[in-house]
Amino acid sequence: MTRTAGRPRRTVRTRRNTELALVLAAVLTAVLGYAEVGLNVDGTVPADAGEYGAALGVLALLAHAAVRWRAPYADPLPLPIGVLLNGVGLVVIYRLDRSTPGNAAPAQLLWSALGVGLFILVVLLLRDHRRLQRYAYIGALAALVLLVLPIFFPPVYGSRIWITLGPLSFQPGEFAKILLAVFFAAYLAVHRDALALTGRRVRRFRLPPGRVLAPVLVIWAAFVGVLVLETDLGTSLLFFGLFVVMLYVATARTGWIVIGLFLAAVAAVGVGWLSPHVHSRVEDWLDPLGSIAAGRGANQIAQSLFAFAWGGELGTGLGNGYSALIGFAAKSDFILATIGEELGLTGLIALLLVYALLVSRGFRTGIALRDPFGRLLAIGLAAIVGLQVFVVAGGVLALIPLTGMTLPFVAQGGSSVVTNWIIVALLVRMSDTARRPAPEEA
Amino acid sequence: MARGRSGDRSGGGRGDGPQGLPGISVTGRRAGTFCLLLIVALCVQATRVQVFRAEELNHNSANQRLTVERYSQPRGDILVGAEPVTGSVPTGGRYDYKRTYTDGPTYAAVTGYSSQAYGNTQLEGTEDELLSGTDTRLASWAVWDAVARRRNPGGDVHTTVDRAAQQAAMRGLGRQKGAVAAIEPATGRILALASTPSYDPGSFAGASADDREAWNRLQADAGQPMLNRALRQTYPPGSTFKVVTAAAALEGGVVTDVDAPTDTPFPYVLPGTTTPLVNDTRACDEPGQSLATAMVLSCNSVLGHLGVQVGLERMTAMAEAFGFNDAGLDTPVRAARSNFDTRMDEAQLALSSIGQFDTAATPLVMAMVAAGVANDGTVMRPQLVEKLTRSDGTAVQLMEPSVYRRAMSPATAGQVRRLMTDVVEKGTGRNARIAGAVVGGKTGTAQNGPDNSGTPYAWFISWAAPADSDGVPPVAVAVVIADSDATDVTGGGLAAPVARAVMQAVLAR
Repeated sequence: MTRTAGRPRRTVRTRRNTELALVLAAVLTAVLGYAEVGLNVDGTVPADAGEYGAALGVLALLAHAAVRWRAPYADPLPLPIGVLLNGVGLVVIYRLDRSTPGNAAPAQLLWSALGVGLFILVVLLLRDHRRLQRYAYIGALAALVLLVLPIFFPPVYGSRIWITLGPLSFQPGEFAKILLAVFFAAYLAVHRDALALTGRRVRRFRLPPGRVLAPVLVIWAAFVGVLVLETDLGTSLLFFGLFVVMLYVATARTGWIVIGLFLAAVAAVGVGWLSPHVHSRVEDWLDPLGSIAAGRGANQIAQSLFAFAWGGELGTGLGNGYSALIGFAAKSDFILATIGEELGLTGLIALLLVYALLVSRGFRTGIALRDPFGRLLAIGLAAIVGLQVFVVAGGVLALIPLTGMTLPFVAQGGSSVVTNWIIVALLVRMSDTARRPAPEEA
Repeated sequence: MARGRSGDRSGGGRGDGPQGLPGISVTGRRAGTFCLLLIVALCVQATRVQVFRAEELNHNSANQRLTVERYSQPRGDILVGAEPVTGSVPTGGRYDYKRTYTDGPTYAAVTGYSSQAYGNTQLEGTEDELLSGTDTRLASWAVWDAVARRRNPGGDVHTTVDRAAQQAAMRGLGRQKGAVAAIEPATGRILALASTPSYDPGSFAGASADDREAWNRLQADAGQPMLNRALRQTYPPGSTFKVVTAAAALEGGVVTDVDAPTDTPFPYVLPGTTTPLVNDTRACDEPGQSLATAMVLSCNSVLGHLGVQVGLERMTAMAEAFGFNDAGLDTPVRAARSNFDTRMDEAQLALSSIGQFDTAATPLVMAMVAAGVANDGTVMRPQLVEKLTRSDGTAVQLMEPSVYRRAMSPATAGQVRRLMTDVVEKGTGRNARIAGAVVGGKTGTAQNGPDNSGTPYAWFISWAAPADSDGVPPVAVAVVIADSDATDVTGGGLAAPVARAVMQAVLAR
């Protein structure tokens, strides 16, 4: 830090070199993991380890260059975290390709490239996040259309959440969550006073005026309704949580949370009672080992718990676990079980802490911003990541019923990777605004 | 309030929300804390699963990991003499290696089985960690190996079993249902452990349909071939238990001279009842028979009467010194608990003293009775394993002989040995005589089934020493024949020849 004579000058550290170092460390971690898989499975480092590392490295450096050029004051952590999580995901998917049917790693690398490409586009083209506010309603409508589309496509594993076009398939629900966060942020930023303060009083509660509450409630109910029809419980839970969190942050009314939780409980009991699909999942959650005693063998949750337990404190090492026993969805919903088995409790907690770091940086950006829309959007996006990690990891760890969601960045799935890169891009963009020093007074 | 709208200018703080409510800085922080708490909850649950429930989950029957791991490399071997009686062959399936057994049925009671589908038992089970290579004692750098999860080649289990004695036992039992336990009295080393009908543990070592069929057939077999009768089954010991009673009578001073008349009346009416204790032979049917005569003729009335005179406490103590009432008798394979009731009236005690009522013994414990007498009254702990080695032959653990109990004084033991020699020389045990050897024994024939409808159990316990030696006899044996085609079922007729064959095999070394 330098001090010039006379008035002390505020020197703003951009932290771009920190970001560069962290990005390179993240790439190196992934390359070492890739080599470890080869060593443990085949006894040699994979021949393409160099190319693989180069591909990831080039992508990461391009993203870093875009940040350096157009968002110099951005928070230095989100990008390296994205690279690390995406790299770890690629390594574990590559590892699972070796023992389960299918060859998903190359496709995942392509999707990652697309995701990073979109990250760069967002950082370069979106100069001010407040412009998103204008498209909030159109976005919400688009999101609803995206959500409805899978109804016209065949169900996959009991859920109608995929759109399949030839060899490509994607989950529109993933994109919808960003659009929904934008809509909530825009709507609540404008109407927060009305929601918090006006309306009729019923005893100690203040009911918000219908004309203010109705649009947001209708939109939200439409989303959740569609999702429930498609039996995409994970996303319904996520959208519900997002709505409650953002409503609370905007209005500071604890009553909303109470009402929200009550509605959620009613909905959960209703769905659990009506849908056999959900009912069996709740039973598996209450007694993961029950199917073994009943003579039906280990269900997927039991297999997942076996994998975690086998990993113990330190894990078996990448490639040395028995992930093939977990069955289908090992690369998507259950990828965390393989991480727990092969990297152990140590690796698993490290991974969860990386997510925690990303979430906390998002919240921090939200708090540091000045405009209510930006604040709510950053907090909403960070909450999406946090809630999604909780719903997925809680499901495979049998902490909550399994709902079937992808672990952000890590799980196999193109739409998921692309969406998460956009979320990180928005956080980087907004953190640049939040940390940019006010113009110096002459 | 002036600041109705959110604080466009202020960075945060309480009161920048709608009309004095907490602003986004405060609520956002709370929501962030909530999200982080969710992740903390995940960490707690992960720790619960991966640390505190790991053991239970790893051993769940539906979890294949332990089995896959166990058969991922060749298993160490179980050796009899210097030769392995087990092996491992590569398979093409999910499990890399499969257990094989050479002469499986002969050694099944020693080895137990190691099956990919049905788990491990007996030595294959108790020494599993060594055999499968996970025993930390195999590692040269235990801590590092544990961290790296490096597996060592499986170690070998060297048994104390004598090949010739084991083969003699199996041949002697033949097609009859029964068991043999032979012990080296001075050390407690188990020389033979045989159970018939037997089975081939190799027939279901894999996980194929054939293995499953073989297993199901064995499970359904009425002859219970997989039951280890030498260790895991108890039978009423009948008159062989009189050795224990005689030892207790001599040790307790109830009898001081084995040839002197006792004060046993005839008929001897069970105390508190009107039922006389009947003898199998009329030669016993006179009052005042000496202990020596009573043993040679196997008189129930005399030994029953002596047991009552010794008293419950001292009878129990003597029985327990030989291994009765011990539920943790590990060789390391655990033997079933042999029973001598500790609460009885005098009539029940009289019956128990001749091996009836609730008295029940494994062949192993009856072999310990013979061995204790042979070893000057000191009962050694029975051991099936001589040493554990790494795959390169270096020792991991050597078994030292250890004293189980001192049952009686050497003088008493000498007197009991004389009684047992008389049984073989001129009593019911003549079928066990061996030229050029001193043999002591005791026959037993125990009723079986409701109203004695089943075939009686034929027992024989004995020890033998070369005639010119005055050291501890090198072998003690217990034989039980539970079911035979023979018409005349007596211990002397059926069981003594088997014991004789086993003792001859050891003496011929």
